[in-house]
Amino acid sequence: MPTRVLVPSGVLGLGFDRTALARGVAMRPDIICIDGGSTDSGPFSLGAGQSKYSRAATKSEWRSLMQARAELGVPLVIGTAGTCGTDSTVDWMYDITVELAAELGQSLKIARLYCSQPVARIATAVQQGQVTPLTPAPELDLSNLSNIVALAGAEHIQAALNTGADIVIAGRTTDTATIAALPLARGDAAGGAWHGAKIAECGALCSTNPTSGVIMVDFDADGFTVEPMAETAACTPHSVSAHMLYENSDPFRLYEPGGHLDVTDARYTALDARRVRVEGSRWVPGPYTVKLEGARIGGYQTTIMAILRNAHYARNAQAWVDRLTGFLTGEIESRMGLTTADYTLEFRLIGVNGALGDLENRSGDPVEVGVLGIITARNQDEAAEIGKLINPFVLHYPLTDDEELPTFAFPYSPATTNRGALYEFALNHVLHLDDPMSAFRIELSQTDAKVPA
Amino acid sequence: MKLGDTVLKVRSKNAGPFWVTIDIFCDKPDVYRMVRDRLSNAAVAGLYKVPEQILKRFDIEDLRVIKFSVPRPVVQGSAADRDMHGAQYAALLEEHELG
Repeated sequence: MPTRVLVPSGVLGLGFDRTALARGVAMRPDIICIDGGSTDSGPFSLGAGQSKYSRAATKSEWRSLMQARAELGVPLVIGTAGTCGTDSTVDWMYDITVELAAELGQSLKIARLYCSQPVARIATAVQQGQVTPLTPAPELDLSNLSNIVALAGAEHIQAALNTGADIVIAGRTTDTATIAALPLARGDAAGGAWHGAKIAECGALCSTNPTSGVIMVDFDADGFTVEPMAETAACTPHSVSAHMLYENSDPFRLYEPGGHLDVTDARYTALDARRVRVEGSRWVPGPYTVKLEGARIGGYQTTIMAILRNAHYARNAQAWVDRLTGFLTGEIESRMGLTTADYTLEFRLIGVNGALGDLENRSGDPVEVGVLGIITARNQDEAAEIGKLINPFVLHYPLTDDEELPTFAFPYSPATTNRGALYEFALNHVLHLDDPMSAFRIELSQTDAKVPA
Repeated sequence: MKLGDTVLKVRSKNAGPFWVTIDIFCDKPDVYRMVRDRLSNAAVAGLYKVPEQILKRFDIEDLRVIKFSVPRPVVQGSAADRDMHGAQYAALLEEHELG
């Protein structure tokens, strides 16, 4: 059965064109699907179990989508709720939803899909040989992980939809699962369902006007058709097929729970100036695995920043930090009793090789150099103490013994900033499941309609 | 001739926390063929300091795109990472002199 899916934007919290959304609603989609996150901004969200986006932005956009859903009477699904899709961020999104339901006077059946994984479950699966590394995988170490999530697939979203829920708040899902779920359940082409989901998962990024957000995908037995909802945007065979390149290490294959998508033989045809038809994508069934993501605390950080504007120091910045580091290592050991096995102190030269480090192959004559000192220690107190200890030397240390004490530019006071925990990604593995639902949990609840006073 | 002066765009981005992927958009068919023939895997592996065998390369004629994927030199967000989104890695290829 043909299935029409409305995707308001690539992620909730980044904004979308409200006129384009209204146009999408007028076309009567069967479901509204939006993504709530990814690993792209780093391990902090997963490590801390917190949303990266502001509650205010999330709530304002979710309000519009809840109103659109109520107008249409179709399900509204968010995947990877709260950036990382831990149980804590699913609950955060649920709180926002309940609050909005009361404000809007909506009576709702809400399904929450929980994807967090207890360490004990993963440890048992490791013992049973059910956890396999991907390339490149860090060494498997389950100690001190603050959060583990498994990426849910279409089956999990289908199970949540089958409860009759008006709104599905899913924890970590693959980027495509929420969009592919309903077309797959209704028997549309599997290759087309996954491919169309991948094309639409970043919203209007597959069109000529990426910031407009809203995209409609029509799925059927032979493939899919994609159309942007903003009048200023167009989908072309080039803009659509080029989207398979985006954040994909392989532009032809996409691995999902239970198989992979192969778009080698996909044909992209312009139906008119704005719509593209895609057929020929293939779904290749495989073992049922779900990807795991995990994060652990890799230490606690304090940073310090100094700017070298004096030409002599700017020119010799690397020699200066090398000499400074040698001196500070001795000071930290003699005054605090800490060796470099207990902490790391790194100075990065912004203006020299700040972004690329050892990969940098250009050199120049910078006007000034920003020296970013990063201390990583076993706890925040220790990192902060090292920061205070090195502070006067970062300000005044000379390049050689026979020159006057320099004074560099500190951009703020205090010169040090405590950054809290440094989280690190700790897993690049898949978990084999006999029953897809066995590592996931669905909770149902009903909000009461309250007539606003 | 620098690659970035020849092609439409060079873009890099994380492909998950463990990979970075670099897309070279050539735009014109003759530019695509020239870059395809003159940009070697060894040169790209050298820029990113990864073993050549682990580099993935896709020459996509329909899109006039050449794509490389390499394991990130440092894992995204680890203590040694300097570029959370991997988007500045593209600069090395942009400035690469085609042989």
